[in-house]
Amino acid sequence: MNDKAKLAVLAALAIALIGIFLFTDLAGNLEYVLSRRCKKVWAIALTGATVAFATTVFQTLVNNRILTPSIIGLDSLYMLLQTTVVFLFGGFALTSMNREVRFLLSAGLMVLFAGLLYRLLFRAHERDLYMVLLVGIVCGVFFQSIASFMQKLMDPNEFLIVQDRMFASLNHPDTDVLLIATALAAFSVLACARNFKYLDAIALGRDHAINLGVPYERAIRHLFLLVAALIAAATALAGPITFLGLLVANIAHQWIHTYRHRFRLAGSMLLGVIALVGGQLVVERVFTFSTTLSVIINFVGGVYFLYLLLRENRRW
Amino acid sequence: MVDVRNVTKRYGGKTVLDDVSVRIRPGAVTAFIGPNGAGKSTLLSVICRLVHKDGGEVRVDGKEIGQYNHFELARKLSILKQTNQLPIRLTVRELVGFGRFPHSQGRLTKEDRRHIDEAIRYAGLEELQDKYLDELSGGQRQRAFIAMVLAQDTPYVFLDEPLNNLDMKHAVHIMQLIRRLVGELGKTVVLVLHDINFAASYADHIVALKDGRVIREGSTEDMVRTDVLQQVYDMDIPIAEFGGRKFCIYFGNVPAWKKKGSGGDE
Repeated sequence: MNDKAKLAVLAALAIALIGIFLFTDLAGNLEYVLSRRCKKVWAIALTGATVAFATTVFQTLVNNRILTPSIIGLDSLYMLLQTTVVFLFGGFALTSMNREVRFLLSAGLMVLFAGLLYRLLFRAHERDLYMVLLVGIVCGVFFQSIASFMQKLMDPNEFLIVQDRMFASLNHPDTDVLLIATALAAFSVLACARNFKYLDAIALGRDHAINLGVPYERAIRHLFLLVAALIAAATALAGPITFLGLLVANIAHQWIHTYRHRFRLAGSMLLGVIALVGGQLVVERVFTFSTTLSVIINFVGGVYFLYLLLRENRRW
Repeated sequence: MVDVRNVTKRYGGKTVLDDVSVRIRPGAVTAFIGPNGAGKSTLLSVICRLVHKDGGEVRVDGKEIGQYNHFELARKLSILKQTNQLPIRLTVRELVGFGRFPHSQGRLTKEDRRHIDEAIRYAGLEELQDKYLDELSGGQRQRAFIAMVLAQDTPYVFLDEPLNNLDMKHAVHIMQLIRRLVGELGKTVVLVLHDINFAASYADHIVALKDGRVIREGSTEDMVRTDVLQQVYDMDIPIAEFGGRKFCIYFGNVPAWKKKGSGGDE
């Protein structure tokens, strides 16, 4: 199968899953059920595609296939923010807070943090992206520790509200938030679109990329901020969800044997949609909400990824 | 014409390049030589904008490199660093195709394919073009990278220790390929060499660096002399002639015990 055929298979699979999600088990007021499901599918597809896209771009920027954007501590920052709000103002403040405000606050803070991290460190350390990552990890652990400290001091009932936010959930997406998240993702992708053609060359490493005429520093800066914006949008929409990226980016890499980002990005985005829609389908219809999305995706995806690796091993 | 004027580079408090000025002769092979830490590779990287300079200017065809559009400069000069490990898995042909990136930005045209075919043929890689780079030997891989630079089709080619880790046969092969680039295609090649004998045999012009300064430069004829090499390397290096070519005998005095062991006539 060539790359285009593989992409077509993935696209067909994604559409089929979306169709199943929308049109099976219909009961009650059709209009109401369908409009709810449409919203949900939209949120799921958006999350899957943005996380997959961001992870693939991030792995190219750092020339490393086992890192994900969560390494710069965005997930932890999100959790710290939720915990702090509950800790200072009580659980009621978090649940009753205007949803758009909450989204913008979470996403804005994450983008701001990534921007500062980049600005302070990339300049100071002779353009070494790994220094940014290292400080990101340290900050992530720091955020996590403060958050868990506050969680321990908290009233158990309030802690339940925080705990609810610790796991990615797409069960009740909100329309207004969904619109903002879509706009944020679309705007950042468009703003960064002229850098996409450099991705193939950036994958060769810094020296080769510069030799081939990539305006390296500018491209890296823009793409790094794009990754942060996309992850922020997805996380503020669905909760900590970066685990998904590692799996889909690597499965796409194993399955679609090409260095060309046009195919790799499309492949991983479709896989992201398939994984999330499929996972949500299983959570809702098979387990009737008795398990979480991350469990399903990590289990199935992990097993498939191991299978791909073992098969690859035998061939060599 | 590549013109380097008063270039300075510091890392922390250490001055790696100290007011270096060099003019690269067009249509010739220029070798940078010098002891470890002399600044050869840094100078090459500064000229090719891989490393930011702290002072001075580098002019390519009369224009400072900072003034160029990125792709325009990438069509003027190409550089190959000594590490030829890639983070991704590519076939030879895909790698060579990257050389066309400054020309077509990733969408290969018919013209690009012609250049790729030509570069592959020139480097003698027709048989290997669909193999993955990690399946090749060091010498073949080095040739593949040179083919990429060839496809890039720049008048100026900079190579940082292209003979690193190659055995004699492959090293000679690469040097002959470089000679042909200059002789047949009219390119200007600048390379960092560690083995002074390769410079003596294949370079037209030699620039000697030491402690971040250019201490001598001149034609190969003028540079391959015991007194010049003494100044560059702080070593007594006798020169021998064989078949009309000069060879530097840089092995020093062999300790006496070694002679006894091998000769056995004392």
